[in-house]
Amino acid sequence: MKKLLIATVSSLVLITAAQAEDIKIGIEMGFTGPIETLTPPMAAAAELAVKEVNDSGLFLDGTKISTVRGDETCIDAGAATAAAERLITSDGVSGIVGPTCSGATSAVLTNVAIPNGMVLISPSATSPGLSTVESNGLFYRTAPSDAREGEILAQIMIDNGVKSAAITYTNNDYGKGIASSIQESFEKLGGKVTLSAPHEDGKGDYSAEVGALASAGGDGLVVAGYADQGGAGIIQTALDTGAFSKFIFPNGMWGESLLNKFGSQLDGSFGDRPGSDSPGAAKLKEMAEAAGIDSNATFVAETYDAAAIMLLAMQAAGSAKPADYKTKIMDVVNAPGEKIYPGELAKALQILKDGGDIDYVGGSDVEFIGKGESAGSYAEIVVENGAMKVVKYH
Amino acid sequence: MDLLNAFVAFSNYVLLPSITYGSQLALGALGATLVYGILRFSNFAHGDTMAFGTMATILATWGLQAMGVSLGPLPTALLALPVGILVTIGFVLATDRLVYRHYRTRKVNSLTLVMVSLGVMFVMNGLVRIIIGVDDRQFADGARFIFTAAQFREWTGLQESLGLRTTQLVTVILTGLVVAWLHWFLQRTRTGKSMRAFSDNENLALLSGIDPERVVAIVWILSAALATLAGVLYGLDKSFRPFTYFQLLLPVFAAAVVGGFGNPLGAVAGGFIVAFSEVFVTYSFKKILGYLLPADWQPEGLAQLLTTDYKVAVSFAVLVLVLLFRPTGIFRGKSA
Repeated sequence: MKKLLIATVSSLVLITAAQAEDIKIGIEMGFTGPIETLTPPMAAAAELAVKEVNDSGLFLDGTKISTVRGDETCIDAGAATAAAERLITSDGVSGIVGPTCSGATSAVLTNVAIPNGMVLISPSATSPGLSTVESNGLFYRTAPSDAREGEILAQIMIDNGVKSAAITYTNNDYGKGIASSIQESFEKLGGKVTLSAPHEDGKGDYSAEVGALASAGGDGLVVAGYADQGGAGIIQTALDTGAFSKFIFPNGMWGESLLNKFGSQLDGSFGDRPGSDSPGAAKLKEMAEAAGIDSNATFVAETYDAAAIMLLAMQAAGSAKPADYKTKIMDVVNAPGEKIYPGELAKALQILKDGGDIDYVGGSDVEFIGKGESAGSYAEIVVENGAMKVVKYH
Repeated sequence: MDLLNAFVAFSNYVLLPSITYGSQLALGALGATLVYGILRFSNFAHGDTMAFGTMATILATWGLQAMGVSLGPLPTALLALPVGILVTIGFVLATDRLVYRHYRTRKVNSLTLVMVSLGVMFVMNGLVRIIIGVDDRQFADGARFIFTAAQFREWTGLQESLGLRTTQLVTVILTGLVVAWLHWFLQRTRTGKSMRAFSDNENLALLSGIDPERVVAIVWILSAALATLAGVLYGLDKSFRPFTYFQLLLPVFAAAVVGGFGNPLGAVAGGFIVAFSEVFVTYSFKKILGYLLPADWQPEGLAQLLTTDYKVAVSFAVLVLVLLFRPTGIFRGKSA
């Protein structure tokens, strides 16, 4: 009887131990709210990475991973915090992929993740403010900060022989942020910003704005706005008055309408936008299509990578505890090591199991800088004969 | 040579844009001031009358373009303008018949009429958006430039350059013609005299046998024609977007009030004053001073009175200053 009891108890312990081996990953995204159309393919991409790892059977000696979704709502910080708390306390997740919006991310990070020691890998929060949060190595993002684009663009300007420039930006948070980041980086590289002035979208007349910019002068004019809004009005007026002939465009300006409207008048103008020539992007696209995910949707690659990085770090640490694997995240993403592309997670798990080193590239060509955010890859574009031409990738 | 460079730069960035913009405002203000002078209320629907007229003209322009008609170097919209004006006149007269006349016969006070015009404004606002949509539309065709900045530089060899657009020239010439004709019409013709009489003293005018309904109809016709012309010229020069036209209401009224509400000549002057101050106050004179001053006197900064962020505030500021010191406007209009 006694023996039977011990046997029962010990077998019970074994069963619970085996169950404890299975882990959960939270996927917290804005499933309702302003980005509800973007999130379904993103969540599916995260689940795709998890499925790939499960199918390999190599993860932490055969541990299976399941996913739990949580709704962050994008705009309601309270709802985002509550959803994250539920994921941690009632679902007991080992890490969270998300949140998606910058505001929700910042709320979840400071109110939930840091007090609970939970790792967050956001696939899409791009606010520069998140770079300065003291997160104790708990926060990472596979999307680049908006500030990063300013650094890249400033470098492209210097490379193209622009020594001084005037900046005009659309009068909102995006415009202000990108303009100040371009100015800061450009001045650091020895360039001179003659004037940085805002413009309002949806006005008919921009002659006063262009007059002031022209008087300040410069080798080129940086237009940090929207192609369908005030940005086009500024360019039109600047071309008409002959104020500037060389324009520099950040991401927001590269719309179809820009070249339809101005064509070869913009020859010699240049700029950047997110883009990569990595073979990983094409491979992931193929995989997403095979799994029935809209592969052209934004942030799909970033989300796949976020989930893959989290699981690979766990494998490298040999543990699914956030405190253990958080230190391994930078190691699996950055060199040295074997380059890992989408669909090669099994290979990566095997290398890590054997004590090797990997350099995760993934679908978004991810490389972590600073405290753990994607350096981002940008395509440098010039206008030639009225058409966009990619010169190189940064 | 430096003096010439400074002048060319000033013309390119201050003179030309503000003369063009001033002409467009003047035409708009003329229409608003006529309604105020004779019908005695501020017509808030005037900005949207401009949008409606421009919309009608754009539709007619598209029709003409589809038939392959063009005016050579001039914009086709000029040919479509009479159609646009007729449609707008028809619409405005119908509004008067259905809405304003009801209140006029009951002799309501002018504040009520202002509120009625606010209602008409919202209806027109919606109509324009339903018919043509909210998007930005460019409908200028023909030659864009009389001469471009690059050509000018080649001819003169100056460092500074100047571009002149077809639409700028068309705007200034048409405004000159229309203002001269309107002045002649109001001063010399029998109808014009009866309108002025009606404006000065309504009862006396009635006693002298002036038909009030006829005067009212003529005021609406003139105001609709002027609004359409102003709107089309503005749209040709910049672009057409219903929301922008709605916002034009402020500078148009500022121009009319500054010149003296109800005074046609004042409205023209007011248009130019508002346009000039908007551009002049926010222009950075660094470049011009660079040509005029000796090298060691050059300003470090931009030599700008206000940054362009305050552009919109300028028309308000002009309005407040004029109302403080000359409440009836620079050219003695009626006090509001």
